[in-house]
Amino acid sequence: MATVTYDHASRLYPGTERPAVDQLNLHIEDGEFLVLVGPSGCGKSTSLRMLAGLEDVNGGSIYIGDRDVTDVQPKDRDIAMVFQNYALYPHMSVADNMGFALKIAGKPKAEIRQRVEEAAKILDLTEYLDRKPKALSGGQRQRVAMGRAIVRQPQVFLMDEPLSNLDAKLRVQTRTQIASLQRRLGVTTVYVTHDQTEALTMGDRIAVLKDGLLQQVGTPRDMYDTPANVFVAGFIGSPAMNLGTFTVTGGVAEIGPARLPLERDVASRITEADNGRVTVGFRPESLDIVTQADESAFPVEVNLVEELGSDAFVYGTLKGDLAAQAEVHSGAGDDQVIVRVDPRSVPAKGERIYVTIRPGHSHVFSSASGERIS
Amino acid sequence: MTVHNLQITASAPDPALLDLPWDIPLVDWPEETLAALPRGISRHIVRFVRLSGRVIAIKEIGESVAYREYELLRQLRRLEVPSVVPVGVITGRKAPDGEPLEAVLVTEHLQFSLPYRALYSQALRPDTAARLIDALAVLLVRLHLVGFYWGDVSLSNTLFRRDAETFAAYLVDAETGDLHRQLSPGQRAYDVDLARTNIIGELMDLAAGELLDEDVDEVSIGDALVARYEELWETLTESESFESNERWRVAARIERLNELGFDVGELAITTDIDGTSVQIQPKVVDAGHHSRRLLRLTGLDVQENQARRLLNDLDSFRAATDRQNDDEEFVAHDWLRGVFEATIRAVPRDLRRKLEPAQLFHEILDHRWFVSERAGRDVPMAEATRSYVDDVLRHRPDEKSVLGLAPGEKDPELDA
Ligand SMILES: Nc1ncnc2c1ncn2[C@@H]1O[C@H](COP(=O)(O)OP(=O)(O)O)[C@@H](O)[C@H]1O
Ligand SMILES: Nc1ncnc2c1ncn2[C@@H]1O[C@H](COP(=O)(O)OP(=O)(O)O)[C@@H](O)[C@H]1O
Ligand SMILES: [Mg+2]
Ligand SMILES: [Mg+2]
Repeated sequence: MATVTYDHASRLYPGTERPAVDQLNLHIEDGEFLVLVGPSGCGKSTSLRMLAGLEDVNGGSIYIGDRDVTDVQPKDRDIAMVFQNYALYPHMSVADNMGFALKIAGKPKAEIRQRVEEAAKILDLTEYLDRKPKALSGGQRQRVAMGRAIVRQPQVFLMDEPLSNLDAKLRVQTRTQIASLQRRLGVTTVYVTHDQTEALTMGDRIAVLKDGLLQQVGTPRDMYDTPANVFVAGFIGSPAMNLGTFTVTGGVAEIGPARLPLERDVASRITEADNGRVTVGFRPESLDIVTQADESAFPVEVNLVEELGSDAFVYGTLKGDLAAQAEVHSGAGDDQVIVRVDPRSVPAKGERIYVTIRPGHSHVFSSASGERIS
Repeated sequence: MTVHNLQITASAPDPALLDLPWDIPLVDWPEETLAALPRGISRHIVRFVRLSGRVIAIKEIGESVAYREYELLRQLRRLEVPSVVPVGVITGRKAPDGEPLEAVLVTEHLQFSLPYRALYSQALRPDTAARLIDALAVLLVRLHLVGFYWGDVSLSNTLFRRDAETFAAYLVDAETGDLHRQLSPGQRAYDVDLARTNIIGELMDLAAGELLDEDVDEVSIGDALVARYEELWETLTESESFESNERWRVAARIERLNELGFDVGELAITTDIDGTSVQIQPKVVDAGHHSRRLLRLTGLDVQENQARRLLNDLDSFRAATDRQNDDEEFVAHDWLRGVFEATIRAVPRDLRRKLEPAQLFHEILDHRWFVSERAGRDVPMAEATRSYVDDVLRHRPDEKSVLGLAPGEKDPELDA
């Protein structure tokens, strides 16, 4: 087992202007489950392929443990790409299906059997080892494929959107299985997905990429509680965080008729470039419905209510004097605010509700750079 | 049938597609709809269906992956790499109870294609394995030359067609592939290594099912692929240096590539400053040197080695009729009418469909050589054809669509 280190690693595709991965610095601990996440085209797969040896590294280096693998052939890196190939061989037993790569590598029979048995135990396949694959269910077949990677005892597992081909139900199931399996095996794993929910539920830590640049690395909690910039704030969480740019007067951000006092040190971090404005983020679940009388209340006109059983969300428009100047957007689009409300008392469409941001639950970013200042 | 939500993406949709039972999961399609043709091993459900006089292959697969594979297959076709022809993607399937069903990718069944499982178990000549590997190595090199990273090279993901005495390989599964401007050495190495592992695994599987000749050594066949691939890649791409007074080596290099069946589209020639040494490196090579030449001369569109054979026969026709000074196109036209087509027409229609015409012609040429030697005289084509039809073709299996599985092999998936 081993750590993985990207040290200023860059990939510039021939014929393109900008690096697809730009000076990536990332250290992954031994046994850690790290998820690379970001929108399509941000450089996740390229980063993973650089580690796999499938993509040339044009600058910087990549290490597995202390070993510089930047120029090492893929098959000599001691990594396993999982799920790439799991057509099972119908005439071979489940044990042989799992162990055939070891046989090719010339490992002694006894050792193969031992490694296969260990993997089967972890995968709950022990009683099937001497059967043929046709006796297995779909999920078990998939575990045999996992077993193929496990018996090779690689230093690192790599997975690139391994669930993209599954239907929604199986995806959620397999997600949990992979995560718990990885924890039991303790093999360092790098996992690529564009789906932030998948990232939040699976990763020990998450690395968010955008345009080839690493935005933030941290635990799911870190990403949720203290997003480093506006991009991460809007990307992590579902429904997405509401983000608005507001005028600051005397240390107070004005949101519609409401006044949101900024902490002193936040106010002091506003620069000239910000032009007297800050970007304030607040999650749909960080809003409380209050009355108009509340000092910090701002009005939202209800456009639509989405009821999801245990949750309900209001999609609305920010109202009030200063609302027109504020640039607001959310997961629902520009000028929209999303508010989580009690599913047992949902407001009607067209109604005006008053909401306030729960104290300590606002995120303040520089309006110029997008960096977190609170 | 609930068809109202069905969406078909295809460049030329066949309305008959709509009549298929899309509201039933593919595993449960009624036998009478299906064409029982052999398949390689796969993780998705794949079935063949007769439709408007042809056979299509239907694969149930996630929607986004289906569109991706469809697009990749279209691009490969544009790049003229031998691969199955995509027909379309169908989404929005629903069972009568409203339960959504998986999207499907539809491709044209590759006529006369032989999945490797059929080839091995028909007990062909013992060197079959080597010839399949040769064909797969050529395909892999061609894919890599156009920047295609396969990601899952295997015998199951390849289809084979007879090509004179060898085989031509076609890509069938592009699911894990990616097109790049140019592949890195790492990408090529990964593909080749995976090919080796998969081939050995597939052969071990045949061995486990007692479908493989005991003399076949699985690992050495896998190793042979690696060696063959590397040799071919070198010849096609390596740069070569020589003294400037050895210019003939430029022509020799081009000829060597032609021999291998490749045309040189672009050759980089650099000389050093004082002009004493020259370096050449092929930049663009296109496969199909002989098949292009035959196509230009006769309009016949056949595979590389079949074309080689036909061109040889055309050459001997030209010599025999003493027409070396005639325009090549005219001679080719006369050969096509008088020799090639006449020979094919002499084969009874019901037997003619067993093999592709070019393959049929190739086998008749072989047979003619064989009977001539036995008879100690030059047996004319017409006589050789009659003898071939009666003594050989009648006893051959129909390969237009090889029916059923190999003797002794149960379809491991169908009865699962
Ligand atoms: N082989 C390639 N050649 C040129 N550009 C590429 C290639 N592969 C990816 N790119 C570009 O690099 C960027 C990152 O791609 P990728 O790593 O696939 O992103 P992601 O996995 O996050 O969707 C994108 O802009 C993509 O278009
Ligand atoms: N167009 C086709 N023509 C002939 N055979 C096909 C075609 N499409 C699929 N097959 C057969 O079906 C098998 C499985 O198809 P494939 O695309 O490899 O599925 P999977 O993605 O599940 O591996 C192949 O090995 C091949 O034998
Ligand atoms: Mg990707
Ligand atoms: Mg396949």
